[in-house]
Amino acid sequence: MTDRRIRVLVAKPGLDGHDRGAKTVASVLRDHGMEVIYTGLHKTPDMIAEIALQEDVDVVGLSILSGAHMALFPRVREELVKRDMGHVLLVGGGIIPEDDRTNLEQDGFAKLFGPGTNTDSIAEYIQAEMKTRWAAEGVDA
Amino acid sequence: MSASPSISTRLLDGQRTALARLISWAENGDARFPSALLEIKQRLGRAARTGITGPPGAGKSTLTNELARHLRTTEKTVGILAVDPSSPITGGALLGDRIRMEDRTTDPGCFIRSMASRGSHGGIARATVDALDVMDAFGFDELIVETVGVGQAEYDVVGAADTVVVVLCPGAGDGVQAMKSGLLEVADVLVVNKSDMPGADRLAKDLAESVHIRTAPAMGKSAVPAWVPPVVSCSAAKDEGIDDVLAAIAQHRAFLIDDLAGHRAIKRANQVRHVVTEHLDEAIWGTAGWTDWVADEVRGGSTAYEAAAAVLAHLVPALPMAGAHGAKEPSV
Ligand SMILES: Nc1nc2c(ncn2[C@@H]2O[C@H](COP(=O)(O)OP(=O)(O)O)[C@@H](O)[C@H]2O)c(=O)[nH]1
Ligand SMILES: [Mg+2]
Repeated sequence: MTDRRIRVLVAKPGLDGHDRGAKTVASVLRDHGMEVIYTGLHKTPDMIAEIALQEDVDVVGLSILSGAHMALFPRVREELVKRDMGHVLLVGGGIIPEDDRTNLEQDGFAKLFGPGTNTDSIAEYIQAEMKTRWAAEGVDA
Repeated sequence: MSASPSISTRLLDGQRTALARLISWAENGDARFPSALLEIKQRLGRAARTGITGPPGAGKSTLTNELARHLRTTEKTVGILAVDPSSPITGGALLGDRIRMEDRTTDPGCFIRSMASRGSHGGIARATVDALDVMDAFGFDELIVETVGVGQAEYDVVGAADTVVVVLCPGAGDGVQAMKSGLLEVADVLVVNKSDMPGADRLAKDLAESVHIRTAPAMGKSAVPAWVPPVVSCSAAKDEGIDDVLAAIAQHRAFLIDDLAGHRAIKRANQVRHVVTEHLDEAIWGTAGWTDWVADEVRGGSTAYEAAAAVLAHLVPALPMAGAHGAKEPSV
């Protein structure tokens, strides 16, 4: 009777006031059978990591449009690691230049999605990645 | 297996990651959960458990946040479970209750967990009671569970909480509707939230009257109900009357205290029933393959009742029902 579902935190760090994109992604992930915790705007890295911990999510997805991603994304990762949550699949999206994407992907982020990414492909990426991870975990799922 | 301490040890040590993970095990039906629960059993039963239910938009999440905030000013620690519906089609869920509990996010004396209903229809998830147990063992003083909140009575919350608070607000129905929906039956405390809105006073009067009608001794009988749910007004958004709600909850708890163990045992027995039924359901219709057998019977012209009678004739003698009463059962 095991029923494991992918749990995702969709969070918006920083000050920008646009969460349409984040909400769209949240509902697409839901439609792909995931349990999505959506937190609303203006979350600090500290809050995001704390929510990820309490919710024991498998995935944290960050969305940012203000351009502050290079300041904020690594800090979210730091806060996660500090809480022994470094294992979560960390992804991000928004208006992020190619170079920054490469840098972040070398810095603990699994995947950065640029503007105009097909939302279904985000869901498919997460599903494929979690499938691999759970298979590798074996009984320790 | 490994030298690192077990998850239950880590939980009893106060590690929040262990708390979060054990709740996940409960939700996922992880085979390791029952033995982990056994290891923390000694620490169960200390937390007060309050259920918050009522129609969508009544202010359950906002009120939950306010109750937690007020409890924190008295140094009580608070664990919160917020249940939202899973889609019956995709199984996915959007869990948004904690948006209204934002100021408790980084409070070290609070822990908020969102939970999808995962196919349960009684307002909470199958794993909600397990999750409350884990939070209880972790050491929270107060546990609050917010139900899905569809506007119908969500009876499972009665089994999960010591005290059930039904939250209503002006514009979302009157006393008669509350009676019809069964919400009055599950209420230990009735809250009229949004007292800052027009119509709140009327609703409170209306509800008090409905409660009176419900609990008045029937003609010719003298039985006085032991507990009459009080009607309390508050505004969760304006932080008014929250302490009155807490006082009403405390009063109900004081009323229970003489027989809290008995009260909880009845509820616990109900959980046992759920667990047994769920296992049987899976065993009969899944593992043992009765689904295919029944499909054949029906295809062969049996009515649903004939097929059911045939299944029961096979299965019921196999259940040691008579023996079970006399047999020594393991304690739960
Ligand atoms: N005017 C007023 N609005 C409130 C009050 N409490 C909650 N609300 C609002 O009612 C809406 C629904 O609240 P929420 O807590 O999410 O309700 P739930 O669906 O029952 O959990 C939100 O917009 C709240 O801001 C209150 O006391 N007064
Ligand atoms: Mg709510």
